[in-house]
Amino acid sequence: MTGVTAPAQGGAFPDGAPAGDGVLLRIDNLVKYYPVRVGVLIKREVAAVQAVDGVSLEIRRGETLGLVGETGSGKSTLARCVAGLHPVTSGRISFDGKDITNLSRRKMQPFRRDIQMIFQDPYGSLNPRRRVGSIIGEPFTVHKIASGDERKRRVQELMERVGLNPEHYNRFPAEFSGGQRQRIGVARALALRPKLIICDEPVSALDVSIQAQIINLLEDLQSEFGLTYLFIAHDLSVVRHVSDRVAVMYLGKIAEVGDRTDVYETARHPYTTALLSAAPAADPDEAAARQRIILVGDIPSPLDPPSGCRFHPRCPKAQQVCSKTEPALEVKPGDPETHRTACHFPVEPGENLARAAAALRAAAEPTLG
Amino acid sequence: MSLTEVQFTGATVDQAPSRAIQGRSPWQLAWRRLRSDRVAVASAIIIVLLCLVALAAPLIASLIGHPPAIQYPYGTTDQGLPKPPGGQFLLGTDNLGRDLLVRIVYGARVSLLVGLSSTFIATVLGVAVGLVAGYYGGVIDGVLARGMDVVLAFPYLVLALALVTVLGPSLWMVIAVIAFFSWAALARIVRGQTLSLKEKEYIEAARAIGASPLRIMVIDILPNVIAPVLVVATLLVPTAIVFESTLSYLGLGIQEPTASWGNILAGSQQFLPGAWWFLIFPAVALLITTLAFNLLGDGVRDAIDPGTERIFAARRRRRGIAVEQTQASAEAQQAGTAGGV
Amino acid sequence: MDFVRFIIRRILFGIVVLWLVTLGTFFLFFVIPSDPAVTLAGKGGTPQRVAQIKQRLGLDQPVIVQYWHYLDRLLHGDLGTSFFTGASVNSTIKADLPPTLSLIIGGAVLWLIGGIGVGVLSATRARSLLDRSATLFVLIGISMPTFVVGLVLLFVVYFQLAKHGIQNFAPMYVPFTQSPAQWFEHMILPWITLALVSAATYSRLTRGSLLDALGEDYIRTARAKGLTERRVIYRHGLRAALTPVVTQLGVDVGTLIGGAVVTESVFDLGGVGQALLRAFDFGDVYVILGIVIVTAMAVVVANIVVDIAYSVLDPRVRLT
Repeated sequence: MTGVTAPAQGGAFPDGAPAGDGVLLRIDNLVKYYPVRVGVLIKREVAAVQAVDGVSLEIRRGETLGLVGETGSGKSTLARCVAGLHPVTSGRISFDGKDITNLSRRKMQPFRRDIQMIFQDPYGSLNPRRRVGSIIGEPFTVHKIASGDERKRRVQELMERVGLNPEHYNRFPAEFSGGQRQRIGVARALALRPKLIICDEPVSALDVSIQAQIINLLEDLQSEFGLTYLFIAHDLSVVRHVSDRVAVMYLGKIAEVGDRTDVYETARHPYTTALLSAAPAADPDEAAARQRIILVGDIPSPLDPPSGCRFHPRCPKAQQVCSKTEPALEVKPGDPETHRTACHFPVEPGENLARAAAALRAAAEPTLG
Repeated sequence: MSLTEVQFTGATVDQAPSRAIQGRSPWQLAWRRLRSDRVAVASAIIIVLLCLVALAAPLIASLIGHPPAIQYPYGTTDQGLPKPPGGQFLLGTDNLGRDLLVRIVYGARVSLLVGLSSTFIATVLGVAVGLVAGYYGGVIDGVLARGMDVVLAFPYLVLALALVTVLGPSLWMVIAVIAFFSWAALARIVRGQTLSLKEKEYIEAARAIGASPLRIMVIDILPNVIAPVLVVATLLVPTAIVFESTLSYLGLGIQEPTASWGNILAGSQQFLPGAWWFLIFPAVALLITTLAFNLLGDGVRDAIDPGTERIFAARRRRRGIAVEQTQASAEAQQAGTAGGV
Repeated sequence: MDFVRFIIRRILFGIVVLWLVTLGTFFLFFVIPSDPAVTLAGKGGTPQRVAQIKQRLGLDQPVIVQYWHYLDRLLHGDLGTSFFTGASVNSTIKADLPPTLSLIIGGAVLWLIGGIGVGVLSATRARSLLDRSATLFVLIGISMPTFVVGLVLLFVVYFQLAKHGIQNFAPMYVPFTQSPAQWFEHMILPWITLALVSAATYSRLTRGSLLDALGEDYIRTARAKGLTERRVIYRHGLRAALTPVVTQLGVDVGTLIGGAVVTESVFDLGGVGQALLRAFDFGDVYVILGIVIVTAMAVVVANIVVDIAYSVLDPRVRLT
């Protein structure tokens, strides 16, 4: 493909996003492998950790795309590839129509003003030996936008906007709580008024009450500054609250993607339904009525992913074909254009997988011992 | 309660009281700890005094009236042996009738000059190489790390000998040789620290902002590795001083008639046990100097990375100070040193 | 399998180091001086000798060819001839080896036992009078150059005893084969001299390392299990504590050799170290070259041995 061209009438982009010129970020068949090398003097590649294995996604201007997945699904790797922190093995990343795949640091520099990242760990993402003002102000220095008093003024403005006391400009990260540190991270990401902010599990390390504050802050900032978010998390309720569209990732591939309501209310992929069933429900009656789909085993290692559909060893609906052929990410009958699933036997409305999953577990038990 | 019900009010949950509690950097904390370490302070004072004496050597010589290289006929006994302390010669003379005190003072000059400058060169070189090797990794690191290993594997004295044979002994050669063998130890430490720091999220964040590798190395990584560097550098100085005196003792370093503690001691050997002053005074001078640097180095290490013993001892000493300050400093030093030493 | 790969890697590395040493010494002696023949003829170089060298070594040939000849001679074990004695360098080295070996072996044993021993005692009786006096002794030990230790020992021990007629401890080399008892007596002072500084360093290292290890949770578990204190310390604590010490050993092999050269010099023991210094004085360059290469070889081999020992103690190292 040679750039973003408006598709034919009624067409849609690979992941189901509605056609139009509003695409800000486009990921085409992104692959990221980490080679495992062994050898005495000269190391040969013997295997590869297939962290991301062919992901295609689009994010439109102004929307929030939620990306959900377990640890090991490759979502963090994907985030870092998009931010230009890891070189990609193959595939393409386009930002605002321009190809930013594997650019040199110099060429990537102008894009760095538009693509920013908020990290997960409020303790590890700030240099403990630098003062907060210097941390937040670094983007201004690096891109030569402001310095000295002007810079301080802007930093303090930012601090106020994210809910920090500007008088704490000279403090060290150690003097702030976890929630405040995340605000510092938000301020830093916001400094250059980027277009896209990648949020890599921004609230996972925080207490629940603080999570709400930070989420609300992010939403306010989005409407005030017209931001676009790629929001990564493993907590489904958080993702549901903030996202316009949701993508579910499993072992390096997209399992399902679509509008929020479609994915949450009519999930088609067995993995998605399992995830949803495990999420805590606020209403105790609903919680009691819900039956958990508990999957067999653990997520396999990305070093040696299962053949065919990656989910098949744990899937309650798996059949022969699932271990042989990889399902394509496509619209299933009855679903809107925007809702795509990668499954040979998608979940039908009203189908209860809990029993099937329990049976699968019982069958596996003797070997699990 | 669902997420949408929590409103963002604009007030932070724990708005810290904006009193005049200025943020204390880990450096300021370490400095205070160092100041309260009596042994370290005493050592520092001794070192400063030594430097003053070394700088003032010509002054001292003229005050006493005996230049270091002048051989006084009345400085030796009739048999040509050194004279004991007394009279004109406060610390006695050497076998050529030269004033021992003055020569020792000039020797301090040499030792401190060599010790400090070779350490400085080795530190700059070692930190630079260590940072580059650790940050860039890959082939560059492979080559540089091997280089470090090779340098560290060499018997320094034997190689120093070879170098001296070809290049001839001189002050600058001594400094260069010592620096050459010292940088590798520092580089290794810096490299190790850099390698582990490289994976931290705040380094990724810096890269995401678009900071250049140089900027990241200097502003983000360097402050976090400087702590062990300082300790090692302080301890490198006495090593350099010992190295220089050994080379001079063997005749490979500072040559006569320039005075160096090493070559003074070399000259003293054949006059033992008689001329005890010829041995004892230079030896004591050397010992005090190296001991002072070693103790200071220990003090710096304890100040930067105190063991739990020290925290409690320090707390007991400062019982009168407000509680929040000790608590804040303990937390800050915990978090501050977490990414550091 | 990892282990074998590790050893192979280490040996390969050692060979590379040795090759670099030959390259370095060649560069130093044959390339840097404006007229290598003059440098090689040394301080006592007569015009005839210079011409002789020029001819014999073919110094007008291109540098690569010269290096090849040099390497060739080395690989055949020919280290050249001493100008001073006229004998081959090989025989000179062989003759001077026994005192050096005795010194190094005895010194190393003393250093390790003394250093680690004092360190363990200090750690197990932390903050006691024993510990504090040991700390003081250690501090002084690490601050003194080896030769000063030697001179002071000479002055304080030997001369004072000699005054009373006790000559047993006169530092000198008596071949082991001649009289083991005398060999021992006369080597004691040199051994202590060589060992003291290193023992002090290692004592400190061991003390710190052991104290750290004893603070770990698994030690608490061992005690809770009811193991005797002795077992806890020696079997569990020491094992972990020794790894940094062994690491340090690799670096210190070079230091040991340097210390041996100095000690030989102070006590006039007549070993390889002194031969080296004499060669320097007389400008006997082939001897210098030869000893440098032999020493480098010894250091490389010693490092490999230490690395192997280390990988036995800590198998994780085999993956590096």
